[in-house]
Amino acid sequence: MAETTAHTEVPGGHKGVFPPFNKETFPTQLTWLGITFILLYVMMAKVALPRIGSILEERRGHIDGAIAEAERFKRDSEAAVAAYEKALAEARGKAHAIAGATRDKLNAEADERRKAIEAQLAEKLAAAETTIADTKAKAMANVEAIATEAASAIVEKLIGKTPSSDAVRAAVADATRGGRA
Amino acid sequence: MADPIHQFEIKTLVPLANIGPADISITNSAAFMIATTVIIIGFLLLSTTSRAMVPGRLQSVAEMSYEFVANTIQSTAGREGMRFFPLVFSLFTFILVANLIGMIPGAFTVTSHIIITVALALLVFATVVIYGFWKNGFKFFKLFVPSGVPIYILPLIVMIEVMSFLSRPVSHSVRLFANMLAGHITLKVFASFIVMLSGFGFAGWLGAALPLALVVALTALEFLVAFLQAYVFTILTCIYLNDAIHPGH
Repeated sequence: MAETTAHTEVPGGHKGVFPPFNKETFPTQLTWLGITFILLYVMMAKVALPRIGSILEERRGHIDGAIAEAERFKRDSEAAVAAYEKALAEARGKAHAIAGATRDKLNAEADERRKAIEAQLAEKLAAAETTIADTKAKAMANVEAIATEAASAIVEKLIGKTPSSDAVRAAVADATRGGRA
Repeated sequence: MADPIHQFEIKTLVPLANIGPADISITNSAAFMIATTVIIIGFLLLSTTSRAMVPGRLQSVAEMSYEFVANTIQSTAGREGMRFFPLVFSLFTFILVANLIGMIPGAFTVTSHIIITVALALLVFATVVIYGFWKNGFKFFKLFVPSGVPIYILPLIVMIEVMSFLSRPVSHSVRLFANMLAGHITLKVFASFIVMLSGFGFAGWLGAALPLALVVALTALEFLVAFLQAYVFTILTCIYLNDAIHPGH
Protein backbone atom coordinates (compact mmCIF):
# COMPACT_ATOMS: atom_id res chain seq x y z
CA MET A 1 0.00 0.00 0.00
CA ALA A 2 1.05 3.61 -0.15
CA GLU A 3 4.10 4.88 1.65
CA THR A 4 3.51 7.82 3.96
CA THR A 5 6.55 9.98 3.30
CA ALA A 6 5.93 13.48 2.02
CA HIS A 7 7.12 12.84 -1.49
CA THR A 8 5.34 9.59 -1.99
CA GLU A 9 3.49 9.35 -5.25
CA VAL A 10 0.36 7.37 -5.72
CA PRO A 11 1.06 3.67 -5.38
CA GLY A 12 2.93 2.41 -8.33
CA GLY A 13 3.40 5.99 -9.62
CA HIS A 14 6.06 6.16 -12.29
CA LYS A 15 8.78 8.70 -11.86
CA GLY A 16 9.04 10.76 -15.02
CA VAL A 17 5.35 10.53 -15.95
CA PHE A 18 3.87 14.01 -16.25
CA PRO A 19 1.50 14.02 -13.25
CA PRO A 20 -1.64 15.32 -15.04
CA PHE A 21 -1.28 12.44 -17.51
CA ASN A 22 -0.61 9.75 -14.91
CA LYS A 23 -3.56 7.42 -15.46
CA GLU A 24 -3.13 5.77 -12.08
CA THR A 25 -4.31 8.92 -10.31
CA PHE A 26 -7.49 9.17 -12.41
CA PRO A 27 -9.75 6.87 -10.32
CA THR A 28 -9.17 8.73 -7.07
CA GLN A 29 -9.55 12.11 -8.74
CA LEU A 30 -12.76 11.11 -10.50
CA THR A 31 -14.15 9.51 -7.35
CA TRP A 32 -13.57 12.57 -5.24
CA LEU A 33 -14.67 14.94 -7.98
CA GLY A 34 -17.90 12.95 -8.16
CA ILE A 35 -18.43 12.98 -4.40
CA THR A 36 -17.61 16.67 -3.92
CA PHE A 37 -19.34 17.94 -7.05
CA ILE A 38 -22.55 16.00 -6.39
CA LEU A 39 -22.52 17.27 -2.80
CA LEU A 40 -21.93 20.80 -4.08
CA TYR A 41 -24.70 20.47 -6.68
CA VAL A 42 -27.23 19.12 -4.19
CA MET A 43 -26.44 21.78 -1.60
CA MET A 44 -26.64 24.53 -4.24
CA ALA A 45 -29.84 23.23 -5.81
CA LYS A 46 -31.68 22.38 -2.60
CA VAL A 47 -30.44 24.91 -0.04
CA ALA A 48 -28.15 27.76 -1.04
CA LEU A 49 -29.65 28.95 -4.32
CA PRO A 50 -33.32 28.78 -3.25
CA ARG A 51 -32.36 30.70 -0.12
CA ILE A 52 -30.51 33.45 -1.98
CA GLY A 53 -33.27 33.52 -4.59
CA SER A 54 -35.92 33.95 -1.94
CA ILE A 55 -33.90 36.72 -0.27
CA LEU A 56 -33.66 38.57 -3.58
CA GLU A 57 -37.33 37.93 -4.34
CA GLU A 58 -38.35 39.16 -0.89
CA ARG A 59 -36.29 42.30 -1.30
CA ARG A 60 -37.69 42.96 -4.76
CA GLY A 61 -41.20 42.52 -3.39
CA HIS A 62 -40.44 44.82 -0.49
CA ILE A 63 -39.01 47.51 -2.79
CA ASP A 64 -41.93 47.21 -5.23
CA GLY A 65 -44.38 47.42 -2.32
CA ALA A 66 -42.63 50.48 -0.92
CA ILE A 67 -42.65 52.16 -4.34
CA ALA A 68 -46.35 51.36 -4.81
CA GLU A 69 -47.10 52.74 -1.36
CA ALA A 70 -45.10 55.88 -2.08
CA GLU A 71 -47.04 56.31 -5.32
CA ARG A 72 -50.31 55.85 -3.48
CA PHE A 73 -49.25 58.49 -0.93
CA LYS A 74 -48.29 60.82 -3.74
CA ARG A 75 -51.66 60.35 -5.43
CA ASP A 76 -53.41 60.91 -2.09
CA SER A 77 -51.49 64.09 -1.44
CA GLU A 78 -52.21 65.31 -4.96
CA ALA A 79 -55.91 64.63 -4.46
CA ALA A 80 -55.78 66.46 -1.14
CA VAL A 81 -54.12 69.45 -2.78
CA ALA A 82 -56.75 69.46 -5.53
CA ALA A 83 -59.58 69.22 -2.97
CA TYR A 84 -58.02 72.00 -0.94
CA GLU A 85 -57.73 74.23 -3.99
CA LYS A 86 -61.31 73.49 -4.99
CA ALA A 87 -62.53 74.29 -1.48
CA LEU A 88 -60.47 77.46 -1.51
CA ALA A 89 -61.95 78.53 -4.85
CA GLU A 90 -65.47 77.75 -3.64
CA ALA A 91 -64.92 79.66 -0.41
CA ARG A 92 -63.54 82.57 -2.36
CA GLY A 93 -66.56 82.56 -4.67
CA LYS A 94 -68.94 82.37 -1.72
CA ALA A 95 -67.10 85.19 0.01
CA HIS A 96 -67.46 87.28 -3.15
CA ALA A 97 -71.17 86.53 -3.33
CA ILE A 98 -71.73 87.37 0.34
CA ALA A 99 -69.73 90.56 0.03
CA GLY A 100 -71.71 91.59 -3.06
CA ALA A 101 -75.07 90.82 -1.42
CA THR A 102 -74.11 92.67 1.75
CA ARG A 103 -72.94 95.66 -0.23
CA ASP A 104 -76.16 95.74 -2.23
CA LYS A 105 -78.26 95.41 0.89
CA LEU A 106 -76.35 98.15 2.67
CA ASN A 107 -76.55 100.36 -0.38
CA ALA A 108 -80.30 99.84 -0.59
CA GLU A 109 -80.75 100.58 3.10
CA ALA A 110 -78.58 103.63 2.89
CA ASP A 111 -80.53 104.82 -0.13
CA GLU A 112 -83.81 104.32 1.65
CA ARG A 113 -82.63 106.13 4.73
CA ARG A 114 -81.22 108.92 2.63
CA LYS A 115 -84.49 109.27 0.77
CA ALA A 116 -86.46 109.33 4.02
CA ILE A 117 -84.16 111.95 5.47
CA GLU A 118 -84.35 113.96 2.29
CA ALA A 119 -88.11 113.82 2.35
CA GLN A 120 -88.13 114.90 5.99
CA LEU A 121 -85.71 117.66 5.19
CA ALA A 122 -87.81 118.81 2.28
CA GLU A 123 -90.88 118.89 4.53
CA LYS A 124 -89.04 120.86 7.20
CA LEU A 125 -87.71 123.17 4.53
CA ALA A 126 -91.13 123.77 3.19
CA ALA A 127 -92.46 124.45 6.70
CA ALA A 128 -89.58 126.76 7.42
CA GLU A 129 -90.19 128.61 4.17
CA THR A 130 -93.85 129.07 5.04
CA THR A 131 -92.88 130.33 8.49
CA ILE A 132 -90.36 132.70 6.95
CA ALA A 133 -92.92 133.97 4.46
CA ASP A 134 -95.47 134.51 7.28
CA THR A 135 -92.95 136.16 9.50
CA LYS A 136 -91.79 138.28 6.63
CA ALA A 137 -95.36 139.36 5.78
CA LYS A 138 -96.04 140.06 9.43
CA ALA A 139 -92.82 141.93 9.73
CA MET A 140 -93.58 143.93 6.65
CA ALA A 141 -96.98 144.86 8.08
CA ASN A 142 -95.39 145.88 11.35
CA VAL A 143 -92.80 147.91 9.44
CA GLU A 144 -95.55 149.85 7.73
CA ALA A 145 -97.28 150.52 11.07
CA ILE A 146 -94.03 151.64 12.70
CA ALA A 147 -93.19 153.79 9.72
CA THR A 148 -96.59 155.40 9.86
CA GLU A 149 -96.20 156.05 13.59
CA ALA A 150 -92.74 157.40 13.12
CA ALA A 151 -93.84 159.57 10.24
CA SER A 152 -96.76 161.00 12.16
CA ALA A 153 -94.49 161.67 15.13
CA ILE A 154 -91.95 163.41 12.90
CA VAL A 155 -94.68 165.44 11.23
CA GLU A 156 -96.13 166.45 14.69
CA LYS A 157 -92.71 167.58 15.77
CA LEU A 158 -92.26 169.54 12.60
CA ILE A 159 -95.66 171.23 12.30
CA GLY A 160 -96.99 170.94 15.77
CA LYS A 161 -100.12 169.14 14.87
CA THR A 162 -101.05 165.61 14.45
CA PRO A 163 -101.74 164.61 10.86
CA SER A 164 -104.57 162.29 10.03
CA SER A 165 -103.51 158.79 10.29
CA ASP A 166 -104.94 157.93 6.90
CA ALA A 167 -102.91 160.57 5.12
CA VAL A 168 -99.73 159.42 6.84
CA ARG A 169 -100.39 155.77 5.99
CA ALA A 170 -101.03 156.68 2.32
CA ALA A 171 -97.88 158.79 2.24
CA VAL A 172 -95.79 156.05 3.82
CA ALA A 173 -97.21 153.48 1.46
CA ASP A 174 -96.47 155.73 -1.40
CA ALA A 175 -92.96 156.39 -0.22
CA THR A 176 -92.13 152.79 0.44
CA ARG A 177 -93.53 151.74 -2.88
CA GLY A 178 -91.71 154.57 -4.57
CA GLY A 179 -88.56 153.70 -2.70
CA ARG A 180 -88.90 150.19 -3.75
CA ALA A 181 -89.50 151.09 -7.32
CA MET B 1 16.49 24.41 -10.06
CA ALA B 2 13.32 23.28 -8.34
CA ASP B 3 11.20 20.97 -10.43
CA PRO B 4 8.26 23.06 -11.78
CA ILE B 5 6.26 19.87 -12.31
CA HIS B 6 6.52 18.76 -8.70
CA GLN B 7 3.58 20.91 -7.65
CA PHE B 8 1.21 18.85 -9.77
CA GLU B 9 2.05 15.52 -8.21
CA ILE B 10 -0.75 13.62 -6.57
CA LYS B 11 0.17 12.35 -3.12
CA THR B 12 -1.79 9.97 -1.00
CA LEU B 13 -2.74 11.48 2.33
CA VAL B 14 -5.10 8.85 3.72
CA PRO B 15 -4.87 5.45 2.07
CA LEU B 16 -8.25 3.84 1.61
CA ALA B 17 -9.22 0.43 0.34
CA ASN B 18 -9.19 -0.07 -3.39
CA ILE B 19 -12.42 -0.65 -5.24
CA GLY B 20 -11.41 -3.34 -7.66
CA PRO B 21 -8.27 -2.20 -9.37
CA ALA B 22 -9.00 1.49 -8.71
CA ASP B 23 -7.43 3.40 -5.86
CA ILE B 24 -9.76 5.91 -4.20
CA SER B 25 -7.45 7.05 -1.43
CA ILE B 26 -7.77 10.61 -0.13
CA THR B 27 -5.02 12.43 -1.97
CA ASN B 28 -3.95 16.07 -1.87
CA SER B 29 -6.21 16.59 -4.88
CA ALA B 30 -9.17 15.05 -3.05
CA ALA B 31 -8.44 17.16 0.03
CA PHE B 32 -8.45 20.35 -2.05
CA MET B 33 -11.68 19.33 -3.79
CA ILE B 34 -13.25 18.76 -0.38
CA ALA B 35 -11.90 22.12 0.80
CA THR B 36 -13.28 23.84 -2.31
CA THR B 37 -16.73 22.35 -1.78
CA VAL B 38 -16.76 23.04 1.95
CA ILE B 39 -15.67 26.64 1.41
CA ILE B 40 -18.40 27.29 -1.19
CA ILE B 41 -21.20 25.63 0.78
CA GLY B 42 -20.02 27.10 4.09
CA PHE B 43 -19.67 30.59 2.68
CA LEU B 44 -23.03 30.64 0.90
CA LEU B 45 -24.92 29.20 3.86
CA LEU B 46 -23.24 31.25 6.60
CA SER B 47 -23.39 34.53 4.70
CA THR B 48 -27.14 34.17 4.12
CA THR B 49 -28.32 32.85 7.50
CA SER B 50 -29.50 36.27 8.64
CA ARG B 51 -31.53 36.74 5.40
CA ALA B 52 -31.00 40.47 5.88
CA MET B 53 -33.22 42.83 3.91
CA VAL B 54 -30.21 45.15 3.67
CA PRO B 55 -27.32 42.76 2.99
CA GLY B 56 -23.98 42.91 4.75
CA ARG B 57 -20.72 42.50 2.86
CA LEU B 58 -20.68 38.71 2.83
CA GLN B 59 -24.33 38.41 1.92
CA SER B 60 -23.72 40.93 -0.87
CA VAL B 61 -20.97 38.72 -2.27
CA ALA B 62 -23.29 35.69 -2.16
CA GLU B 63 -26.08 37.65 -3.86
CA MET B 64 -23.70 39.11 -6.45
CA SER B 65 -22.41 35.65 -7.40
CA TYR B 66 -26.02 34.45 -7.68
CA GLU B 67 -27.03 37.35 -9.90
CA PHE B 68 -23.82 37.20 -11.92
CA VAL B 69 -24.39 33.57 -12.90
CA ALA B 70 -28.13 34.10 -13.36
CA ASN B 71 -27.50 37.04 -15.72
CA THR B 72 -24.88 35.07 -17.63
CA ILE B 73 -27.35 32.24 -18.21
CA GLN B 74 -30.24 34.48 -19.14
CA SER B 75 -28.22 36.57 -21.58
CA THR B 76 -26.89 33.50 -23.43
CA ALA B 77 -29.53 30.78 -23.02
CA GLY B 78 -32.63 32.83 -22.23
CA ARG B 79 -35.08 32.28 -19.38
CA GLU B 80 -35.37 28.55 -20.08
CA GLY B 81 -31.68 28.24 -19.31
CA MET B 82 -32.49 28.89 -15.65
CA ARG B 83 -33.44 25.19 -15.50
CA PHE B 84 -29.68 24.55 -15.43
CA PHE B 85 -28.93 27.30 -12.94
CA PRO B 86 -27.76 24.97 -10.11
CA LEU B 87 -25.46 23.10 -12.52
CA VAL B 88 -23.95 26.25 -14.01
CA PHE B 89 -23.63 27.88 -10.60
CA SER B 90 -21.92 24.79 -9.16
CA LEU B 91 -19.52 24.63 -12.11
CA PHE B 92 -18.66 28.33 -11.88
CA THR B 93 -18.09 28.41 -8.13
CA PHE B 94 -16.24 25.07 -8.08
CA ILE B 95 -13.80 26.11 -10.82
CA LEU B 96 -13.41 29.66 -9.49
CA VAL B 97 -12.71 28.61 -5.90
CA ALA B 98 -10.45 25.74 -6.99
CA ASN B 99 -8.47 28.15 -9.20
CA LEU B 100 -8.21 30.77 -6.44
CA ILE B 101 -7.17 28.25 -3.79
CA GLY B 102 -4.48 27.16 -6.24
CA MET B 103 -3.05 30.68 -6.07
CA ILE B 104 -2.09 30.17 -2.42
CA PRO B 105 1.64 29.34 -2.44
CA GLY B 106 2.15 25.64 -1.82
CA ALA B 107 -1.48 24.79 -2.50
CA PHE B 108 -2.60 22.20 -5.01
CA THR B 109 -4.58 23.34 -8.05
CA VAL B 110 -7.40 20.89 -8.66
CA THR B 111 -8.15 22.29 -12.12
CA SER B 112 -4.57 21.80 -13.31
CA HIS B 113 -5.34 18.12 -13.88
CA ILE B 114 -6.90 17.30 -17.21
CA ILE B 115 -8.98 14.46 -15.83
CA ILE B 116 -10.92 16.96 -13.70
CA THR B 117 -11.55 19.42 -16.53
CA VAL B 118 -12.42 16.61 -18.94
CA ALA B 119 -14.90 15.19 -16.44
CA LEU B 120 -16.56 18.59 -16.01
CA ALA B 121 -16.59 19.23 -19.78
CA LEU B 122 -18.08 15.79 -20.44
CA LEU B 123 -20.71 16.45 -17.78
CA VAL B 124 -21.74 19.56 -19.73
CA PHE B 125 -21.54 17.71 -23.04
CA ALA B 126 -23.67 14.84 -21.75
CA THR B 127 -26.19 17.28 -20.31
CA VAL B 128 -26.43 19.06 -23.67
CA VAL B 129 -26.87 15.84 -25.66
CA ILE B 130 -29.32 14.16 -23.26
CA TYR B 131 -31.43 17.25 -22.63
CA GLY B 132 -31.27 18.19 -26.33
CA PHE B 133 -32.69 14.84 -27.44
CA TRP B 134 -35.13 14.61 -24.53
CA LYS B 135 -36.61 18.04 -25.22
CA ASN B 136 -36.34 18.32 -29.02
CA GLY B 137 -36.25 14.71 -30.19
CA PHE B 138 -34.89 14.48 -33.71
CA LYS B 139 -35.22 18.24 -34.14
CA PHE B 140 -32.02 18.34 -32.14
CA PHE B 141 -30.21 17.39 -35.37
CA LYS B 142 -31.18 20.80 -36.76
CA LEU B 143 -28.21 21.96 -34.72
CA PHE B 144 -26.00 20.51 -37.44
CA VAL B 145 -27.99 21.89 -40.35
CA PRO B 146 -27.74 25.68 -40.50
CA SER B 147 -30.66 27.22 -42.36
CA GLY B 148 -30.13 29.07 -45.61
CA VAL B 149 -27.18 26.98 -46.79
CA PRO B 150 -27.20 25.89 -50.46
CA ILE B 151 -27.92 22.18 -50.82
CA TYR B 152 -24.70 21.33 -52.71
CA ILE B 153 -22.43 22.39 -49.83
CA LEU B 154 -24.76 21.18 -47.12
CA PRO B 155 -23.02 17.79 -46.59
CA LEU B 156 -19.72 19.56 -46.07
CA ILE B 157 -21.28 22.05 -43.64
CA VAL B 158 -23.02 19.30 -41.69
CA MET B 159 -19.76 17.38 -41.43
CA ILE B 160 -17.97 20.47 -40.12
CA GLU B 161 -20.78 21.17 -37.66
CA VAL B 162 -20.69 17.61 -36.33
CA MET B 163 -16.92 17.75 -35.98
CA SER B 164 -17.05 21.06 -34.15
CA PHE B 165 -19.81 19.75 -31.89
CA LEU B 166 -17.83 16.63 -31.02
CA SER B 167 -14.64 18.57 -30.39
CA ARG B 168 -16.38 20.89 -27.95
CA PRO B 169 -15.55 18.90 -24.80
CA VAL B 170 -11.92 18.78 -25.92
CA SER B 171 -11.50 22.54 -26.31
CA HIS B 172 -13.76 23.14 -23.32
CA SER B 173 -11.57 21.06 -21.00
CA VAL B 174 -8.12 21.68 -22.45
CA ARG B 175 -8.58 25.46 -22.31
CA LEU B 176 -9.05 25.44 -18.52
CA PHE B 177 -6.49 22.73 -17.87
CA ALA B 178 -3.77 24.30 -20.04
CA ASN B 179 -4.29 27.77 -18.63
CA MET B 180 -3.97 26.63 -15.04
CA LEU B 181 -1.07 24.29 -15.75
CA ALA B 182 0.93 26.76 -17.84
CA GLY B 183 0.31 29.62 -15.41
CA HIS B 184 1.57 27.67 -12.44
CA ILE B 185 4.60 26.30 -14.30
CA THR B 186 5.53 29.81 -15.48
CA LEU B 187 5.25 31.18 -11.95
CA LYS B 188 7.35 28.36 -10.56
CA VAL B 189 10.05 28.74 -13.25
CA PHE B 190 10.41 32.49 -12.75
CA ALA B 191 10.32 32.12 -8.98
CA SER B 192 13.15 29.55 -9.11
CA PHE B 193 15.18 31.99 -11.26
CA ILE B 194 15.08 34.40 -8.31
CA VAL B 195 16.48 31.78 -5.96
CA MET B 196 19.10 30.67 -8.49
CA LEU B 197 20.34 34.19 -9.35
CA SER B 198 20.45 35.40 -5.77
CA GLY B 199 22.92 32.60 -5.09
CA PHE B 200 25.54 34.46 -7.18
CA GLY B 201 26.22 37.28 -4.71
CA PHE B 202 25.52 40.98 -5.25
CA ALA B 203 25.36 40.93 -9.05
CA GLY B 204 22.98 38.01 -8.78
CA TRP B 205 20.70 40.02 -6.46
CA LEU B 206 20.53 42.75 -9.09
CA GLY B 207 19.79 40.15 -11.72
CA ALA B 208 17.12 38.56 -9.54
CA ALA B 209 15.14 41.82 -9.52
CA LEU B 210 13.85 41.19 -13.03
CA PRO B 211 12.29 37.75 -12.41
CA LEU B 212 10.98 39.04 -9.07
CA ALA B 213 9.13 41.86 -10.85
CA LEU B 214 7.90 39.34 -13.41
CA VAL B 215 6.64 36.97 -10.71
CA VAL B 216 4.74 39.82 -9.05
CA ALA B 217 3.17 40.80 -12.37
CA LEU B 218 2.45 37.18 -13.28
CA THR B 219 0.80 36.55 -9.93
CA ALA B 220 -1.61 39.41 -10.62
CA LEU B 221 -2.18 38.02 -14.11
CA GLU B 222 -2.80 34.54 -12.72
CA PHE B 223 -5.50 35.88 -10.40
CA LEU B 224 -7.14 37.41 -13.45
CA VAL B 225 -6.76 34.12 -15.34
CA ALA B 226 -8.19 32.20 -12.39
CA PHE B 227 -11.37 34.26 -12.58
CA LEU B 228 -11.43 34.56 -16.35
CA GLN B 229 -11.10 30.84 -17.02
CA ALA B 230 -13.88 30.07 -14.56
CA TYR B 231 -16.02 32.63 -16.38
CA VAL B 232 -15.06 31.32 -19.84
CA PHE B 233 -15.91 27.76 -18.80
CA THR B 234 -19.25 29.00 -17.47
CA ILE B 235 -20.22 31.08 -20.48
CA LEU B 236 -19.27 28.26 -22.88
CA THR B 237 -21.43 25.95 -20.79
CA CYS B 238 -24.30 28.41 -21.19
CA ILE B 239 -23.76 28.65 -24.95
CA TYR B 240 -23.74 24.85 -25.30
CA LEU B 241 -26.85 24.57 -23.15
CA ASN B 242 -28.50 27.16 -25.36
CA ASP B 243 -27.94 24.79 -28.30
CA ALA B 244 -29.75 22.07 -26.38
CA ILE B 245 -32.66 24.39 -25.59
CA HIS B 246 -32.91 26.12 -28.98
CA PRO B 247 -31.26 23.81 -31.54
CA GLY B 248 -32.32 25.82 -34.62
CA HIS B 249 -29.61 28.37 -35.44
